[in-house]
Amino acid sequence: MKDFSREEIDYILDTAERLEPVARGEERSRLLDGKIIALLFFEPSTRTRLSFEAAAQRLGGEVLNLGSIEASSVMKGENLADTIRVISNYADLIVLRHPLDGSARMAAEFATVPIINGGDGSLHHPSQTFLDLYTIRRESHLEGLKIAMAGDLKYGRTVHSLCYALSLYGAEMTFVSPPELRMPQEIVRDLQKNGIHIRETDSLEEIIGDVEVLYMTRVQRERFPDPEEYEKVKNRLKVTGDLLKNADPKLKILHPLPRVNEISPEVDATPYACYFEQAFYGVPTRMALLALATGVIE
Amino acid sequence: MKEKRDLKIQAIEKGTVIDHIKAGQALNVLRILGISSAFRATISFVMNALGARGKKDVVKIEGKELSVEELNRIALISPKATINIIRDFEVVQKNNVVLPSYVEGVVRCINSNCISNSSEPIKSKFFVLQSEEEGVTLRCLYCEHVISENIAENLL
Repeated sequence: MKDFSREEIDYILDTAERLEPVARGEERSRLLDGKIIALLFFEPSTRTRLSFEAAAQRLGGEVLNLGSIEASSVMKGENLADTIRVISNYADLIVLRHPLDGSARMAAEFATVPIINGGDGSLHHPSQTFLDLYTIRRESHLEGLKIAMAGDLKYGRTVHSLCYALSLYGAEMTFVSPPELRMPQEIVRDLQKNGIHIRETDSLEEIIGDVEVLYMTRVQRERFPDPEEYEKVKNRLKVTGDLLKNADPKLKILHPLPRVNEISPEVDATPYACYFEQAFYGVPTRMALLALATGVIE
Repeated sequence: MKEKRDLKIQAIEKGTVIDHIKAGQALNVLRILGISSAFRATISFVMNALGARGKKDVVKIEGKELSVEELNRIALISPKATINIIRDFEVVQKNNVVLPSYVEGVVRCINSNCISNSSEPIKSKFFVLQSEEEGVTLRCLYCEHVISENIAENLL
């Protein structure tokens, strides 16, 4: 995400907005007519795969799916570079999801067609960041946003990319996490260098009245050696109807999903809940990425 | 005293002398230049020699002039090293090493999950950065991990 300028991000989000009626099925588009999009997912990710598939099909494109890894040439020991060279001959664009860090950059070296990074390793998932930014822009505003990010800020790649991207728009950021899962200090330093005001706390109550967007993430059990500690943290970082009594009326709650219990179901029906709409916004955002990367929109 | 020192490092007729290497880094200099047991030219080196500016290492490669690009990699582990090109026992060219902005196939990425540490047919690739606070740092082109210390320990 750090490779994108604010102008480029704005252009992608503008394109997504233009395509939103198509994503909703209200208008038809043949922008990707005659184009084949290959989805190479080397690790399971139903949501990302399906929303790319929906995006391609809404634009009239055809989709090639790698299928299960077990049945593919990967199990015969083929390396990713060769797979990419071969699939480049079959498709006009490849969406790659792979467990190793930097795999999308490597794939781009070997491909003769554009590569979209659908998530590589533990560091990057740019299409998620674009959809998060799009959601914030549609449901709140990007410029000078007061945002809190909560949960696993240490390992959560979505929050890392998102805060770098938001720093281009100026923002007041609050990081809410247990001490074990704090935002890495090198990221905090980078953001501060970019003039971002940062506050760190472990309490949602303390900040809920003072933010316009609350970006929740899941705290994973495996991060805690002690199960009791996990239970404590899990319950402390929970969005409930009670907590929201003190919220800013314009507050929007986002979550990359899947959630476990960090947002109680009673919140779903409130005007604050934005996470299912956010999941939908993945479609117009990915439509924009597909259309721009294939060159059907310049 | 001078005589004794001359015995340690004999003059060479033709080749490359790398001087003012950070003390203790001579073996890493050979590694960074890709010099292994298969290398045919005569190599001699001295470690922890006492020079005018304290201890240093010196490496001499006889009969071979290495390229500037190869030699500049030395700046990653010893930024003050100097390169002397020798012909007919004379120094015909003397340069300081210059930190390259990019290196390929020289250092291993410290991120074990990086694609460059897998069996893919690629070399490691790093952007080289230098700052007052952090000195020389390397940023992996693939995974963006930063190596800010112990670069010598991660040489390939």
